[in-house]
Amino acid sequence: MSEGVAGVVEPAPPNAPGGYAARGRRPLAHRAVWLGTAGVVALLVVLQVVPSTGLVNPDYLPPTTEILAALADRVQTPEFWVALGDTLLTWVTGLAISVVAGVVLGVVIGMVPFLREATASTIEFLRPVPSVALIPIAVLLWGTGMQATLLLVVYASFWQVLVQVLAGVQDVDPVASDTARSYRFSVLARVRTLVWPTALPYVMTGLRLGAAVALILTVTGEMLIGTPGIGKLLAVARESGAVPSMYALVVVTGLLGVAVNLLARALEHRALFWHPSVRGEVAA
Amino acid sequence: MTAAQATAPATAQAATRQATPRRTAWGVVRSVLYAVGLPLVLLAAWWVATADSESPFNPPLSEILATFGPTWFSGDSFADTRFVQDVLPSLGRLLVGYAIALVLGIGLGVLIGAVRPLRELAEPVLEFFRAIPPPVMVPVLMLFLGVGTSMRVFVIATGALWPILLNTVEGVRGLDPVLKDTARAFRFGRWGRVRRLMLPGASPQIVTGARQALSIAIILMVISEMFAARDGLGFSVVQFQRSFAVPEMWSGVIMLGLLGVLLSFVFRVATAAVLAWYHGYLRSQRGGA
Amino acid sequence: MSSPMLDVRALNKVYAGRGDPVEAIADLSFQVSDGELVCVVGPSGAGKTTLLRCLAGLLPATSGDVALAGEPVTGPPQGMAVVLQEYGRSLFPWMTVAQNVELPLKEKGVARGERSRLVGEALEAVGLADVGRSYPWQLSGGMQQRVAIARAAAYEPQVLLMDEPFAAVDAQTRFELEDLVRALWKGLGVTVVFVTHDIDEAIYLGERVLVLSARPTVLLEDVRVDLGAERDQLETRGAPEFARLRTHVYELVQQAKLGVRSLADARLTHAG
Repeated sequence: MSEGVAGVVEPAPPNAPGGYAARGRRPLAHRAVWLGTAGVVALLVVLQVVPSTGLVNPDYLPPTTEILAALADRVQTPEFWVALGDTLLTWVTGLAISVVAGVVLGVVIGMVPFLREATASTIEFLRPVPSVALIPIAVLLWGTGMQATLLLVVYASFWQVLVQVLAGVQDVDPVASDTARSYRFSVLARVRTLVWPTALPYVMTGLRLGAAVALILTVTGEMLIGTPGIGKLLAVARESGAVPSMYALVVVTGLLGVAVNLLARALEHRALFWHPSVRGEVAA
Repeated sequence: MTAAQATAPATAQAATRQATPRRTAWGVVRSVLYAVGLPLVLLAAWWVATADSESPFNPPLSEILATFGPTWFSGDSFADTRFVQDVLPSLGRLLVGYAIALVLGIGLGVLIGAVRPLRELAEPVLEFFRAIPPPVMVPVLMLFLGVGTSMRVFVIATGALWPILLNTVEGVRGLDPVLKDTARAFRFGRWGRVRRLMLPGASPQIVTGARQALSIAIILMVISEMFAARDGLGFSVVQFQRSFAVPEMWSGVIMLGLLGVLLSFVFRVATAAVLAWYHGYLRSQRGGA
Repeated sequence: MSSPMLDVRALNKVYAGRGDPVEAIADLSFQVSDGELVCVVGPSGAGKTTLLRCLAGLLPATSGDVALAGEPVTGPPQGMAVVLQEYGRSLFPWMTVAQNVELPLKEKGVARGERSRLVGEALEAVGLADVGRSYPWQLSGGMQQRVAIARAAAYEPQVLLMDEPFAAVDAQTRFELEDLVRALWKGLGVTVVFVTHDIDEAIYLGERVLVLSARPTVLLEDVRVDLGAERDQLETRGAPEFARLRTHVYELVQQAKLGVRSLADARLTHAG
């Protein structure tokens, strides 16, 4: 079990159905747009009406308009943009470390049978260790600094990438691998021409899953450890009882999450668009 | 192509590995050595590296291990131990919250996945909710429910809901149209279609979602207690850290880690039977391709 | 002629998508008597599958009527079973072969003892009595299609619809399965509508062959097949009458591909 994120439909081998292309071709797609918009509007209206009519205490759930007003206030403060920048910086740094480490280690371990067998049990054991268990250690070591949160982020997202890369390297066609060997390809050439193209779809899946997990842990670290960022603003808003502001920041984290998902999926789609395995699917 | 295809290569891989026969005695010894070798080396390295440690942050491993028993299992009676007072209630809240998420997620997921207009209506809203990092819901739910048991259960349930819900929707949506036609042509009833077509057909995705949800549930169990609570496993660990009881804190980290490993093991065993057909099916697809 | 088991009148089907509407079936009328085995052939893209889906109640007709034993078909009717071309995908991969055959019976509400008898008999009839506990994906393509046929047979339908069921199996398996269909048809006394693009197969199997035009589909000719009740892969296919029918239907299908939409317009060079 690895830390994954809501709804990210896991690891698809490249020929998974229901991708974006398939969706785009769907007839009646315009109906989906209208209905989807209607759904969002309906949610906003309900969130406006329910507290306004006193069905729910507006102290706990302010009406939509108040939340939006608080959001508008927030985005006019430099403090907000600094925090957003901090959050993004922690997220992207953690993710970059995980991806680089995951890809390098994944390729090395994956290509050497001895390493693969020797590390399997350790990986299976360490992967399900919840990264938040490391919070106290991180705090002792680095206080509220960015490194403390980075530790959580990297620990959580690293496994996502590593496991996918390992699966990808294992997926290399044995015949192609033997052929490359019989032609005395160098290790580097084998990685470049054989392993990397095969593993790429898996790497992209790992990146997508890792990106979402990294965001969760970034915000968590900021909230709990006090590393500067949106999560810290949220914790401060809670302590000072600024409820509309708190909701506004929750909305911001949600929008961040949506942006991260869209970005990761777009990247995945682009990277796999030209990929032979994707083209192969059409022929098959 | 059935629903089946949108799976984890990682899962499939694990299944292939398990299926590898190990016939000889030497084969058994070898695989045991492989399994315990690296963990032993790492533990030994930790032991040696910290043996003479004076650093308050990095107590010797021997000290951490010596603290583990007394920290969690000492008390006037077994019922008084931290294990019973803090760990088991945390685990209970986790399981209750997770169970709620499973029931709601699968139920709503089947409904939304099967009814297309409903899916189109709900999809953007669901996309947004799943994108909210679940931990930020802790302060929100604290407003309504305080810091008691119900808040913590609710946090776990609402956080674990989305992966299950959205994967179920995806699984039901991706059901092979030929299978759907078959069920329709044989006049399956509504309940028959849910029970005999949608649930088994979407089971690979449901399990994937449930696996993601379990890790989120564990995270939420820990941080709901770290953030705001006066008892529980997460609270204990943070207390140790704040009072600089470092070996105890380490023992708490180990306890959390063991819990995570145990739960993931139980999950795997519990879902292995559900997905046995699927792993065989995948292998046959790969072999046949 | 007794009252028709299947009665198709002025069937018309138009797909209204986002783009221009596509008329798949222009106007089709025909009848199938109780216990008949009728094959449907036509050029590829002749709306054969559309027709079968309309008959099965899986697709609503745009206009016209389909009636099964006098009852109008509005959804999948009782007493009808369907075997689809995509055998691998029409079997439930999470169930064993026997469970697959049994499932529709469960949904039909057949009692347990009766179910296991029907499943046993059906698997026996298709020559798969010993693989009931296997999963469909462990079997070859031809065996999978046998399972789908067994499932349909166990359902004890009045009408069995088959949509190019052997298009994806190899030629030798195909001959065996054709004989299996003939044997089941005779054994069960069921009415069969068999859609295929293979002219030889249609003539070998059918008592009648309906030849369709290209889309939008109309009926070109309703050809009687007088090859007797007993068919044999060597004898029947070697018979002069088989050759004559084959030539005739082949020419019709060629004409249909060229856009001919009535028998009167067809230019048949080989006299029948």
